[in-house]
Amino acid sequence: MASKSLKNLTAPLSGNNPVIVQILGICSALAVTVQLKPAIVMGLSVMVVTAFANLVMSILRKGVPSRIRIIVQLVVIASLVILVDQVLKAFVYDVSKQLSVYVGLIITNCIVMGRVEAFALQNKPWDSFLDGIGNGAGYGLILVIVAFFRELLGSGSLFGYPIFEKLGLYELGYANCGLMLFPPMALIIVGCIIWIHRTINTNLQEK
Amino acid sequence: METLNLFIRSIFIDNMVFAFFFGMCSYIAVSKNVKTALGLGLAVTFVQTMTVPLNYLLNEYVLAPNALVEGVDLSFLSFIVFIAVIAAFVQLVEMIVEKFSPTLYNQLGIFLPLIAVNCAIMGGSLFMQQMVGAGEIRNVGESVVYGLGSGLGWWLAIVMMAAIRERLAYSHIPAALKGPGIAFIITGLMGIAFMIFSGIQL
Repeated sequence: MASKSLKNLTAPLSGNNPVIVQILGICSALAVTVQLKPAIVMGLSVMVVTAFANLVMSILRKGVPSRIRIIVQLVVIASLVILVDQVLKAFVYDVSKQLSVYVGLIITNCIVMGRVEAFALQNKPWDSFLDGIGNGAGYGLILVIVAFFRELLGSGSLFGYPIFEKLGLYELGYANCGLMLFPPMALIIVGCIIWIHRTINTNLQEK
Repeated sequence: METLNLFIRSIFIDNMVFAFFFGMCSYIAVSKNVKTALGLGLAVTFVQTMTVPLNYLLNEYVLAPNALVEGVDLSFLSFIVFIAVIAAFVQLVEMIVEKFSPTLYNQLGIFLPLIAVNCAIMGGSLFMQQMVGAGEIRNVGESVVYGLGSGLGWWLAIVMMAAIRERLAYSHIPAALKGPGIAFIITGLMGIAFMIFSGIQL
């Protein structure tokens, strides 16, 4: 794999992360972060949709007139999301119930549209596919970090395994932070991730 | 009474931004000053009030099981139908506004096409579908109320946010938090404040 392709794959993980640097796709992201499992499933779904939307649009890029490209993109993305939704319903029904409307919202997730517009329309199919995988992974990474803290601090478990209870923390007087389970805390955690990330990568700071 | 309850609920308790994170991208990007935030908020409210009932009718008479043809369940098509309705409607509104009110068009100009991919609109329609299933929306009137309420909730959130961010220009924020970082944290704090509305019933 050439180094350029590798860069397409790894840049979105930190330096050009879609969520905390490009500020895309937060819309539907955070509601699924109460537990780790739905967060991972959501991250994977977005990765699949972004990668294949990029691939398809990159293959079609010379044949689609630019005036109707938005409609074509929406049709491609919506079809992919329907596929993902049906697969989730068939194989992990309980998680698909938890994700509820948020699977449908991948269609309007700005990451997918944004990467197609910004990358796939100018690049070759393979590069676009890798870019999609990378951005999906970058998005999933943030979801997993947020979900990790929310599940650990909010309900004292990881993947539903009651880790704090096994460690005997409750007998020492520890109590779960119920606020972590409410939506606002997801935003505050993302805010803190951005804070730490920009403290390390000073070139991203706003003047 | 129940309709009024639905209205209050969709603005304050189930607020699009604070409870469901819908439309966050444009919410963070366009909340830098109050005037543009007002414009975008109004446009979203308008489109929301129109597309939710439209999608309600489609959902009721075309997509629901046994609605169009006996024994056929088309509900798996709802994503693509909803987004097509929204995209087409936004395009239509853009053309009508451009023709009849150029001043309004210039004010909203850039925002109108963006609304098609605003998750608040798609989310509103998907939630409507879910609420129909739960028996909370029973007729077109209630779907209009829900659309209007959730649109107004989003408008309220973005205007408040813009007002706070204008003020924020004068405060000392750690360099790394400037911009999106502080915006997220403020939204979180506003969300905590909005939690006081939960459980309110008329």
